[in-house]
This record gives sequence, C-alpha cells and structure tokens, in this order.
Amino acid sequence: MRLAGFYAFAATVALLPALFPDNYFVVVVGASAGLNVILAVGLNLLMGYAGQISLGHAAFFGLGAYASAILTTRFGWPSLLALAAGLIAAGLLAWAFARPILRLRGHYLAMATLGFGVIVHVIMVQATGWTGGPDGLAGVPPLDLFGWEVSGDLQWYGVIMAAALLAVWLSLNLVDSPVGRALRAVHGSEFAAQMMGVDTARAKTQAFVVSALFAAFAGSLFAHQQAFVSPDSFDLTVSVELVTMVVLGGLASTFGAACGAIALTLLQQALVVFEDYEMLIHGALLMAVMIFLPQGLFVGLTQAARRLGSALVRSRPSVAA
Amino acid sequence: MPSDRAGGCPSAAATGHSLLDVMGLSGHYGPVRAIHQIDLRVGAGELVAIVGGNGAGKTTLLHTLSGLHPAHAGQIRFDGRDITRWLPHRIVAAGICQVLEGRQVFAPLSVEDNLRLGGYRQHRDRGWLREERERVYTLFPILAERRRQLAGTLSGGQQQMLAIGRALLGRPRLLLLDEPSMGLAPLLVEEIFRVIVELNQRGVTILLVEQNARAALAIAGRGYILETGRIAKTAPAAELLADDDVRRAYLGY
Repeated sequence: MRLAGFYAFAATVALLPALFPDNYFVVVVGASAGLNVILAVGLNLLMGYAGQISLGHAAFFGLGAYASAILTTRFGWPSLLALAAGLIAAGLLAWAFARPILRLRGHYLAMATLGFGVIVHVIMVQATGWTGGPDGLAGVPPLDLFGWEVSGDLQWYGVIMAAALLAVWLSLNLVDSPVGRALRAVHGSEFAAQMMGVDTARAKTQAFVVSALFAAFAGSLFAHQQAFVSPDSFDLTVSVELVTMVVLGGLASTFGAACGAIALTLLQQALVVFEDYEMLIHGALLMAVMIFLPQGLFVGLTQAARRLGSALVRSRPSVAA
Repeated sequence: MPSDRAGGCPSAAATGHSLLDVMGLSGHYGPVRAIHQIDLRVGAGELVAIVGGNGAGKTTLLHTLSGLHPAHAGQIRFDGRDITRWLPHRIVAAGICQVLEGRQVFAPLSVEDNLRLGGYRQHRDRGWLREERERVYTLFPILAERRRQLAGTLSGGQQQMLAIGRALLGRPRLLLLDEPSMGLAPLLVEEIFRVIVELNQRGVTILLVEQNARAALAIAGRGYILETGRIAKTAPAAELLADDDVRRAYLGY
C-alpha cells in the first residue's frame, strides 16, 4: 500500500518508451526529468522534512558532475570510481559546511548556501586549469557499468530512470525511518524534537548531507550523459529552479517533489515555443500555482480530486438510507 | 553512545536520595532575567509542584533544567552529575523528559508516530518500546482508539494525554510537566491529574509546574511558590494549601 505510488511511477516510466518508440521527446526530455527528480527528491528531504532551504544546491550537482568529468578525463579513473569519489567529496563538504551553521536556529543555512553556490560557480569558471573555465570540459567518457558502456538516448533514459526510482525508493524509506520521523519532528517544533532526545543539529546536518549526496549522484550521471560539463549548468538559476520544483510539487511529499521536477521540466520544454515570453509565462504559472494550490501541485490536486470524488458521491441520489 | 542509555525504571519506593539538585540557578528569557538564584531539590520518587502566576518564570525554569535555555549562573545536578551545560538531547538521554507547555504534539504525524518519536532515544530496545506503548494506550484508552489519527486533529485534552504518553516513551527518570491543565475543561484536568498521581505511584519522579495551584498542591508531596523568578516559599504541599498568604494569592479564597 505504502509503495503503491512507487510501483505506479515505475510502471509509467517503463511503459513510456514502449508506447512512444523512437520519440525524441519522451526519451531525452524524460531523462532530463529523471535527473531533476533525483535532485528534487533529495532537496525535498532537506526542505520538506528538515525545514531548511538550500539556495546553492546546484553546487553539489556541479560537484558530482565535475568530479566525474575531471577524474575520468584527466586522470583516467573508471567512471564508477569517479562517481564514488564525487559522492564522498560532496558528502564531506556538505557535512563540514552544515555542522557549524545548523547549530543555529532559523534560516542561516539558506543564506550560507547562497554564498556557497556562488563560490563554487566562481571556482568552476576561474579554475581553468582544472575545470576548463567557461568553456567547460568536453570528452567525458561514457558511463561504464561493470563492462556495459551506456550509450544512446534510450539506454540513458533507462539508467537515469532506474536511478530516479532508486532515489524515490530511498526517500520513501528514509522518511518512514526513525531518522525521518526525527526530521519531521524538527520541522514541526524544534523544542519538542529536542525534548524527544533528538539532536536537532545532527538531524538537520544528516538531511543536508543526504540531499547533497543525491545531487552529486545526479551530477555524475549528468556529466556522463552529456559527455560535457560547463559552469552554466550549475549556476544560481539552477539552484532556484530546484527549490521551485520542490515547492511546486508540494513540500514534505516525495511524490510531490518528483511531480514538481517532472512538471517544471516539461513546462520549460513546452514554453520554448514562446521564445521571449518564456520567462513571463513561466513566472505567471508559478504564481498561479502558489495562489490557487499553495500546498503544491501534487498535494493540491490529489486533495481536489478527493473533494470532487466525494462531491460526486454526495450529489448522486443515495441508494441505501 | 550506549552509555547514554538511561537506566530502567526507578524503584517505586521513594528513597531519600535526591535525583535533582538545583543550586543558585539564574537564567534569562530573552533579555529579561527570568529566574534568580533558584534552589530546588527533587528526591527520587517524589511528586513536587512549582506554582506561580503568569510570568513568574516557571517555564524558563523548566527550559533551563532541560537545556533549552542556557543557565547564566548556578548549577544543576541530576543523579550526582553536573548537567548544567549539557545539550538537550543529552539531558533527555540521561533521563529527564519534559512535556512542553501547550502540548506541542507533532500535528501532521499520527498518534502512533508521535509515540514512536517519544521513544527516539530507546529505538534499540524494540521490545520495551512496544510494551511501553501498550502501557500508554492502557493509561489513555482514547489514544488507542485514535492511534492512526493525526495528532493535530485531537482535542486539547487528548493532545495533552499524547504529550504525556510521548514523554513516557523516553523512559523518564524525572518527568517535567509544564502546565498540563492549561486550557482544559475541569473534568479533563481531573483526569490528567489522576494519571499524574498514578504515574508517580508507579515510581516516576515528577516535577509539576502549574498555574492551577489548588489542583497541583492537592496531589503533590511538596511545593515551591515561585514569584517574579524567585522561590518565595517552600513547604510540604498540605502546609502550603493551608497557608494564609498562599491561599489569598493563589487559591482565591
């Protein structure tokens, strides 16, 4: 029952390419949506459950991407090892960064991550010897999964969607674990959580580290999928988009975050036809969602559907008294 | 980490040895000095009440004891150990559990999940947790009926029961109760206080902070009167109930 949504999601993901074979939009945009799902689901653990905002999440995404790109192109590391190194680096950095800040109550983390994101972006642009500067790094080798080299849009769709499903499954389990309950408690009332014996600074740090790991993981996949990384993919705009996905889908809901990621990815694709008016329509839609569905698309729409359902039942003449 | 585990339930027999010793404790509430030079003692197995009006410093005192507010001077000793500068989660692990003023249940979580969170520190001891959860449900049968319901949808009295039950799952050796009667109908106050007495009889040491002086002193063994952040008087509860000054100021007759 708890995993019903997960299976539905998995089935949809698996059926889409079969229903629309050789369809560029499904496979390529789908893969892009899948990466965003990993990022948003991870960020939701921090925003929705620990009640903290990261405005520099693109930095961890970029860290994973650059770790994979640099280690494989310049040092010839196997791709999985580079991926692991990226995860470790992002996790350690997130921990060292959050530990002192999260001792403080309030939204100091948001401010600090904003600065962090900008600093990491500046390093990507300036450390040309390592990162290739604004031109980026090309020629990232394909992802090598124990001898199988991932190539072609359809294979990438499969790998990224499998990773996205793994992220959703991990998130669902984390939320339902003692740590997840502790996080929800921190979000509800920090004092009350402390009175349960929750080390709130530690719980928030853990959430931050886990969300950074999700982002770095997505980053590694992204670097291999694109075979190219450049600073543009990891700037402040991207961080803000990630926050938007989580809020758009609905805070504190794993499927909400996933839906937000998919919706925003599709929206950006759909709005390309409007060219100059893209940002205008984008902004207007977001405002409309926030005004009319303040709990987010997923939560808001499921509730609306439930209300509609019960209204239909009520309007029908009752058969039994 | 494992040494953080609180010992089992204290023996029901109230021994003379003191569990909590507070000496010369002062603390601030924001910029205001809210408690001055508090001396306080709670013996193992006792039920002690601290009564006082609004703004007397009752909540600040409890928050300082459980580490939510820093102490500016003085010392807090729990079971012989100096816990004055400990962080809250360590104090909870040592065995002091507080039921916060205004319940503060986790509204979006179910009754059951709230209780599970109460046992956050004891999560390795699954068997004990399950038994204790059932004991809480026996203590408050209404919670058993609503175990799947979201805590935010409970009535005030039920939330208070949940808050107390949640604290019990932390395996308290000393239970701090902050205004459990707040905003409750007289009948519910009676029910809550009956449970407090029952818990104490089972051996839980309790420090009860209350504005409802009459109800608190009626069940407590000893009492402290807190006035503008200082201990104005301390005596066995029965004596305080009979004291003319106390009657005029807090009991209203």
